[in-house]
Amino acid sequence: MTSKADAEQRRSDLARLRRVRDRIDREYAQPLDVEALARGAHMSAGHLSRQFKAAYGESVYAYLMTRRIERAMALLRRGDLTVTEVCFAVGCQSLGTFSTRFTELVGVPPSVYRGSAEHSTAGMPSCVAKQVTRPVRNREATPSEPHLA
Amino acid sequence: MDITIANTFLPHDDPDTALAFYRDVLGFEVRNDVGYGDMRWITVGPAGQPGTSIVLYPPAADPGVTDDEKRTITEMMAKGTYATLVLATPDLDATFDALQAAGAEVVQEPTDQPYGIRDAAFRDPAGNQLRFNQVG
Repeated sequence: MTSKADAEQRRSDLARLRRVRDRIDREYAQPLDVEALARGAHMSAGHLSRQFKAAYGESVYAYLMTRRIERAMALLRRGDLTVTEVCFAVGCQSLGTFSTRFTELVGVPPSVYRGSAEHSTAGMPSCVAKQVTRPVRNREATPSEPHLA
Repeated sequence: MDITIANTFLPHDDPDTALAFYRDVLGFEVRNDVGYGDMRWITVGPAGQPGTSIVLYPPAADPGVTDDEKRTITEMMAKGTYATLVLATPDLDATFDALQAAGAEVVQEPTDQPYGIRDAAFRDPAGNQLRFNQVG
């Protein structure tokens, strides 16, 4: 195979990974898992996991859960949904897994975040609120009060 | 000072595919199309806004871009982390439905964002992110 064909194959493989990542962005609230994502991309789960991590620096599962936690933070800030309701609304099927991952990424459990973050972005410009309320990706938060308000 | 945005640049990986998307799917005017082969600069923009254009350009044409840099740019385009453009429309849902029906790759359904906007997102054929904000 020529190097030009190699380069084309590599771009084609990356575009396939992009479609998996975009599908997570689009359907994170569905009961997706790595196996379902791999099936959709006609890859084995192991191959998808390795290739995705090599391309994006984090695993498929980590990316999916970060998207879910990000949405969960927004829903919890509204204050009208319980932690359990939010957990299922963002596509998580286990409250334990949801709480553990939420705590790892955000630094406090979802119940504590819900109580402390309510209305904390009121009055903040939307572009600022978007940035400060994002979960920390690839750099797990140290347990502390959320730096809101 | 009176400054407007005249041209902004988005990379393409295939001129004919890019042209088909921006002209036939988004309905943009084609204002210029220069170059040859894959090295084409295609200027497009929405009807009624002649002062603002997007130039779809071949990302590796600058002789100052090294082979390593060219590879990095084209791979970032393919994996969807290179370029973004935010457009706006008064009817987000209709725009979304039309693009989806035309086969555009959906990244995000129309969503009310907690930071106060309603938006949706697609990929163009080269992997650039195209976001659409609801306005008005």
